[in-house]
Amino acid sequence: MEPKTLFDKIWDAHVVQSVEKGPDILYIDQHFIHEVTSPQAFNGLRKRGIPVFRPERTLATADHNIPTKDQDKPIRDELSRNQVDRLTENCRDFGIEYFGLNHPSNGIVHVIGPEMGYTRPGMTIVCGDSHTSTHGAFGAVAFGIGTSEVEMALATQCILQPRPKKMRITVNGKLGKGVTAKDVIMYIISHISTSGATGYFVEYAGSVIRDLSMEGRMTVCNMSIEMGARGGLIAPDDTTMKYLKDLKSFAPGFDWDALLSEWKEFQSDPGAVFDRELEINGSLIRPMITFGTNPGMGMAIDDTIPDTDSISADDTPSFLKSLDYMGFVPGMKLLGHPVDYVFVGSCTNGRIEDLRDFARVVKGQKKAPGITALIVPGSKAVEKQAVSEGIDIILKKAGFELRQPGCSSCLAMNEDKIPAGKYAVSTTNRNFEGRQGPGSRTLLASPLVAAAAAITGKVTDPREFIRQNN
Amino acid sequence: MPKEKFTLLESTCVPLPFENIDTDQIIPARFLSATTREGFGENLFRDWRYDKSGQKNKDFILNNDRYGGKILVAGKNFGSGSSREHAVWAIYDYGFRAVVSSFFADIFRNNSLNNGLLPVIVPEKFLENLLDLVSNDPDRKVRIDLENQVISIVPDGDSVQFEINPYKKECLLKGLDDIDYLLSKKDLITAFEKEKKAKNEN
Repeated sequence: MEPKTLFDKIWDAHVVQSVEKGPDILYIDQHFIHEVTSPQAFNGLRKRGIPVFRPERTLATADHNIPTKDQDKPIRDELSRNQVDRLTENCRDFGIEYFGLNHPSNGIVHVIGPEMGYTRPGMTIVCGDSHTSTHGAFGAVAFGIGTSEVEMALATQCILQPRPKKMRITVNGKLGKGVTAKDVIMYIISHISTSGATGYFVEYAGSVIRDLSMEGRMTVCNMSIEMGARGGLIAPDDTTMKYLKDLKSFAPGFDWDALLSEWKEFQSDPGAVFDRELEINGSLIRPMITFGTNPGMGMAIDDTIPDTDSISADDTPSFLKSLDYMGFVPGMKLLGHPVDYVFVGSCTNGRIEDLRDFARVVKGQKKAPGITALIVPGSKAVEKQAVSEGIDIILKKAGFELRQPGCSSCLAMNEDKIPAGKYAVSTTNRNFEGRQGPGSRTLLASPLVAAAAAITGKVTDPREFIRQNN
Repeated sequence: MPKEKFTLLESTCVPLPFENIDTDQIIPARFLSATTREGFGENLFRDWRYDKSGQKNKDFILNNDRYGGKILVAGKNFGSGSSREHAVWAIYDYGFRAVVSSFFADIFRNNSLNNGLLPVIVPEKFLENLLDLVSNDPDRKVRIDLENQVISIVPDGDSVQFEINPYKKECLLKGLDDIDYLLSKKDLITAFEKEKKAKNEN
């Protein structure tokens, strides 16, 4: 038999039929939905007068458009309240399990899926959200879709998809102190650009990836879309199986024996051919930060912003437009640059490990005057875990407050907005113009970099603190 | 459910010569609270069209009366970032029926095709030339012939072939819908599920 990539093994096992000269009809094992990209899909089902085909394979949460304070009270913003109410109604009318606000399992869709045992090796997973690639950390084919495709998945448990090309990114070596999964993926994106993996599904491999925890792997897979990739995945191993085994709850229908019998198959065969291969020396990666308005515009925190002579003439106008928005100039250093806001959270870095990283730097320190910080756990379970570890107390003593879970300032649909012109060091995934509020200026970074900025009030190399404190 | 067909389009263009225009620029997140598909055109490129005080930004091309038409021409890597289909609804609702660029983000392209908005992928050289031409001459028209997969600058300018998946082309030409197609495959899907269950897969 011809050697196959992990991606192809999973994809092939889910093709119901290939449309002649067209896309594949792909069967979806798990569909996640949320309040923002699903209402129009449900409207479509109502118009057609059809039910959800397999409601047991869909799970809903409210996360994008909710406040991160006073969640026990009615949502104040009328449009947000209406959108969440609509999801509640749709789940009730169509028989879909729903982790709404105040439900103990509520949280960001890509945080709760894995922690509640819905995400497992070998699955196909979709959600109307581009960061669905997060679930690839478990060796699943997971990717974001539009609302028309959400409607397809609800109506038939299938979507029509062209098969993407395959890329393997191998990160070997060993990460230095203060260098995290976030820095690994930001480094990769800065090398291949914000569109460098468009049309591809990426498999991450190599010793650095193997050494990462499941949380770290989720951070890596999460940002696959930021280089244009359809998704990213990592072959399951003992780390994956241990994470699953330790789960406190399992999705309905979870079949542990079936998983045990098949998970070792979920590897790319030796000799499997990828359309593109990329090798990265992980030992060279330093803590990263972005300086522009797309995630490809990143650099090591102690580097300088590129000069225009290193940018092609065609790209220069967009490059300068971007720096102008950020209030930066070519050749500038970012270390020491004042920061106004710090945001820790999101599906990229809102898991327990991220809060631990932040806490270990700020422990015994004080928040810098002038810094406004938003620390938002990715889920109720993360919040609970943080409290049980005393992280909330460490934060409080240092002048920070733990908020309630949600997507929050990552896309600023709710009131957690960064004001125009202000600089935010943010552990999120996108530094687009206005992403965190109209006129906001986002510097993407790891929770360690965010913590160093939060206590110094400026862009600071977190390695200084890690040497001091640990 | 039948959709608007796309066969032939001849129109003036609106040039947007920037790269990596992401879906947050096309429609900012704070306008995603609606629960229907209509009305997003009003906020298309909102933060480029209006300044902080809500006044029209005179320098932005959509506010320039000299430019208009049903074809948006944009720099490479158009539609990156968020999967929000609202971006396509906003462009369509504003009145565009095709977007021309040298490179599209995957999800945006799928979303466009699912909504009758034609993404036309052209070589970089053609795009540069087209951007220059229509920027300098707002009356210049472009013709997009889907049947023959040709985009041409009329009356006598360059023309070039473009690629499109044959299945999606058929859908656009006839106004067909993917969901109707999938619903017609229900028996096949059910059979697939039975087989999967027999194999004891998750």
